[in-house]
Amino acid sequence: MARTLPLALCFIMGVLMACQFFIPHPLSQSFLDLIIKWVRIISAFALALGVRSVTLRHYERIKRRKGEWGFSVVTIVSLLATALIGLIWGVGAKSYLRLIFSNIMVPLGATMFSILAFYMASAAYRAFRARTKEATLLLIASFIVMLGMVPIGTAISPRLSDLAEWLLSVPNMAAKRGIMFGVALGVIATSLKIILGIERGWLGGRR
Amino acid sequence: MVYLLLFFFTLAPPTSLCVFDTPNDAGKSITISWQKLEEEVSCYEVWRRGEGETDFQLCGILPATECQFVDDKVIDGKVYYYKVVAVKGEERAESEISNPVKSSPQWFATNRINVLVGVIFFSALLLYFIYHARKGKKLFIRRISGLDAVEEAVGRATEMGKPILYIPGLGSIADIATIASLNILGEVAKKTAQYETTLLVPNRDPIVYTVAYEVCKEAYTNVGRPDAFKGENIFFITDAQFAYAAAVDGIMVREKPATNFFMGMFWAESLILAETGATTGAIQIAGTDAVHQLPFFITACDYTLIGEELYAASAYLSKEPLLVGSLKGQDYGKLVILFLLLVGSCFLLLSALPQFRFFQVIIRFFSVS
Repeated sequence: MARTLPLALCFIMGVLMACQFFIPHPLSQSFLDLIIKWVRIISAFALALGVRSVTLRHYERIKRRKGEWGFSVVTIVSLLATALIGLIWGVGAKSYLRLIFSNIMVPLGATMFSILAFYMASAAYRAFRARTKEATLLLIASFIVMLGMVPIGTAISPRLSDLAEWLLSVPNMAAKRGIMFGVALGVIATSLKIILGIERGWLGGRR
Repeated sequence: MVYLLLFFFTLAPPTSLCVFDTPNDAGKSITISWQKLEEEVSCYEVWRRGEGETDFQLCGILPATECQFVDDKVIDGKVYYYKVVAVKGEERAESEISNPVKSSPQWFATNRINVLVGVIFFSALLLYFIYHARKGKKLFIRRISGLDAVEEAVGRATEMGKPILYIPGLGSIADIATIASLNILGEVAKKTAQYETTLLVPNRDPIVYTVAYEVCKEAYTNVGRPDAFKGENIFFITDAQFAYAAAVDGIMVREKPATNFFMGMFWAESLILAETGATTGAIQIAGTDAVHQLPFFITACDYTLIGEELYAASAYLSKEPLLVGSLKGQDYGKLVILFLLLVGSCFLLLSALPQFRFFQVIIRFFSVS
């Protein structure tokens, strides 16, 4: 029963959602809206489980003085402080919570994002080392594309930007579309296997 | 003479007024189209009158370049009449009043019939090969080096006494890539349970976290090692994208896992994670269907599952005949698409010739709206 019920639910909902795509009637739309609301409700409960997981994990680290447990103290204090500030002073546009979000979360996120530039440089160095024929081709193609996309490239030769554009829109696009065809078929196949109960990995086992 | 002048200088009314219930919609919408005037006009006004009403009401003003209007402020089942007025300065020219029309919701989107045909055909193909696999027919699947390396990667982590880090992507459970990733996680968890290797699964989505927890728990139970399962190793971090990336980077640097798996949906954080993993010296196996992130993974990881290989991974690792059968169906599906692409390209070229115009109907059938 513990396995049959989820499989039956998965089959019914899978078939209904597939049919929904082909039915523009308001009944079908309101069914989709209802499902989206249900997903939000389930997400809210799952978030409570997530917060429990964070709290327990860091509490254990502090209790056992494991590794750099000081960071766990900072995490727990930040979690509690943010939650309390939100509960006491609200979550409006000029609230303290928004202040924390704008002045701590956003700059920290932007910092992580900006690190990407350095990682890109190191990854590009590794990718463009012309050790093989393929890597050499990649190096030449990327050199043309990069040069063709900046004003200096056009200054060197007006044909360079056309060549860069061609590389992006013909060989690059062809490869992309090839991958996307495979992905689309993979998505349909996986969905069908899940709906029919052939693929049961998401339940933790096959049989 | 005066009549002749009036004939030449009076604004002509819009003609060929066509009013119909907007097709393939949820109702409450009527489409009005007309022939654009050759002479220059300021704008077109669309007027509507419901049955039982005496006067026409203005329901839309369109620039001179437009000749179609969708009126989405109508009541289903009520009869309406329309007229279009061409305006040029002070001059106005009214079209004839349209035939009565009423809107209604549709039960089937006829513009998606090509998708339905495609899905039915592909599903039939899959079911055919699954049926053959069920009968015990041996099917060949090509080797995928990234998946062959899974066993080696788990073995390496066991020998080194270091953990395995499995990132199930940053997508939600609604992403099929995430579900494919959870299927692979089940197989990896079985191997770590057998080797008694620590498996760390940090999650970004709370629902994915709960599913990943259950998948791992079931996998450990299935191989007879429920005692080896450590629930605290499957944990939720945060749903903030870069905070998650920072936390996972921290785990990589502190715990120094021997193997990193990046499977599922990734965005800009893909390179941040993969490059940090590369600097720690871990074996890295990635798999995603996010086309824009693939180059980053190919550069920074030892093995990368490209697109569909991610979906094939679960079948490949488990070697279950039914799942392998579906892989064969996928391959034949690709063959059909390749054939259609070639034939479609020929039709498109030929349709430029007047005697082969009818090919355009076939090409239109394959365009998805």
